[in-house]
Amino acid sequence: MSNVKKRKLIDKGFHILVFLTTLFGLLILSILLFDILKDGLKWINIEFFTNFTSRFAEKAGIRAPLFGSIWIITITMIFAFPIGVGSALYLEEYSDDKKILTKIIKLNISNLAGVPSIVFGILGLGIFVNFLGFGRSILSGALTLTLLILPIIIVSSQEAIKSVPKELRHGAYALGATKWQVVKGVVLPYSLPGILTGSILAIARALGETAPLIIIGAVTFIAFIPESIFDKFTTLPMQVYNWSTMPQTEFHDLAAGAIIILLILLLGANAVAIILRNKYQNRIK
Amino acid sequence: MYAIQEKSKKINRNKIKKRNVKERCIKIILFLLASISILTTIGIVIILSRETISFLREVSIIEFLTGTEWTALFANPKFGVLPLVMGTLMIAVYGSFIAIPIGLGSAIYLSEYASEKTRKIVKPLLEILSGIPSIVYGYFALTFITPLLQKVIPDINIFNALSASVAVGIMIIPMISSLSEDAMKAVPNEIRQGAYALGATKFEVSIKIVVPAALSSIISSFVLAISRAIGETMIVSLAAGSTPKLTLNPLESVQTMTSFIVQVASGDVTHGSLIYKTIFAVGMLLFLITLIMNIIARMIIKKYREEY
Repeated sequence: MSNVKKRKLIDKGFHILVFLTTLFGLLILSILLFDILKDGLKWINIEFFTNFTSRFAEKAGIRAPLFGSIWIITITMIFAFPIGVGSALYLEEYSDDKKILTKIIKLNISNLAGVPSIVFGILGLGIFVNFLGFGRSILSGALTLTLLILPIIIVSSQEAIKSVPKELRHGAYALGATKWQVVKGVVLPYSLPGILTGSILAIARALGETAPLIIIGAVTFIAFIPESIFDKFTTLPMQVYNWSTMPQTEFHDLAAGAIIILLILLLGANAVAIILRNKYQNRIK
Repeated sequence: MYAIQEKSKKINRNKIKKRNVKERCIKIILFLLASISILTTIGIVIILSRETISFLREVSIIEFLTGTEWTALFANPKFGVLPLVMGTLMIAVYGSFIAIPIGLGSAIYLSEYASEKTRKIVKPLLEILSGIPSIVYGYFALTFITPLLQKVIPDINIFNALSASVAVGIMIIPMISSLSEDAMKAVPNEIRQGAYALGATKFEVSIKIVVPAALSSIISSFVLAISRAIGETMIVSLAAGSTPKLTLNPLESVQTMTSFIVQVASGDVTHGSLIYKTIFAVGMLLFLITLIMNIIARMIIKKYREEY
């Protein structure tokens, strides 16, 4: 066999190999989705949404965790969105890049993004639950998730703000606008779709987060809908964990049912983010 | 006439002054918002060290770091953290045995071999894998991977490190593939074309040109992915069991640092007890390990980056 032929053969073999590795990821994705749909789909009916959890699998539903998730996500967003966008505005529009403090803030944000989520749970347990005395409440959980997703919102908002053309800013300044007027009138409206896309993805992350909330809320038997931010709570992923640890397989299937609902919510959030991103890209063109 | 002018000037000056005060207030408010992220880090360090120091008053640091027995929840507890560290590292390393070849392979395929059309379809699909919450992978490990392993290896434990490793490996594939692919895409096309002009095959261009050029980012993506695997909680809590054991045998049930924290926190712990403090001591160790790995990842990129 000539040298060229051999080299071409190796190339072909390698092509097939890397193609198969890519296929592996896609295959796993489909097996995972199929496995969950197969286990969980039969449990999804009206009662699954209206019932609280129960010792009997047939009577168990996701009413409490569904409302718990909605509560947690809403409160988290109320805190995280303004703080995240404000931080990004400060870093991009107001701070002096050469100042050491700005450098520390930026380095710190990228470090925080790499901290395991469970460590945020421990922080929440130490500060919000015990030190500030909020207890194992929705407030403690939401504040903890706020700190967890802040780096995501800040970084994506920074990217969106960076993409605002300099000419637009200069035009506004030339008309005598102050910095805040430029930010409010030009930078924010222009970068808002990008900021929202990043924030929605951050919220999706918070929606699926389990470990810190287990540290904050403990896994308890919750059979009521929370009425204020000081109430105890459970969320969809916490309920999935709870049901998965049960020995009976019926509860595992219930967990799969809850996972389906969770994935539908995540898919919806991602779809909104993608639509926003496309709209945004078209406008720039 | 003159008086009116003076007056309007004064009003203007007042307006400008007011505006300047408002501008300065806004800057301060935004700065305070940005400093919350710093406060978070300070909070993590203070909270973890305070309880860890208090823990180390009751358990010597030598026993904690070098002890080979972890029986924190027993009547006569022993606090040697090595079994937890070993369990954590074992799952992270076995997981990366799966994730590194597959992640890197996918990255090479998407960056070098796939057509633009295929790439546009496959990449978002792989990104879905990274958007799936870890609790779902935990469920998958428990209800799909473990039964599958039981068929192949009959005497495997129901809760075992192997099942968790596989799931953790799958979870970090997208991280490696997407970071590595970004790095490979950033390699300038002129270099590839130069090699093609000399008659190189795609395989030779990928392995001898593109991968070496992007190596620093590729290696740092491995380090970041392993760091992520070390901090992974839900998969190991569900699939790996809760038996702290100093072993390298993946067929056995083990406990990791994270799953220990979950086990303690989901029970009823009284605030201030020794067992409450172990959460923070183990958490501190976890925080330091992942922090060091993230710093290493950044240093690799900074130091060995090829500039074009």
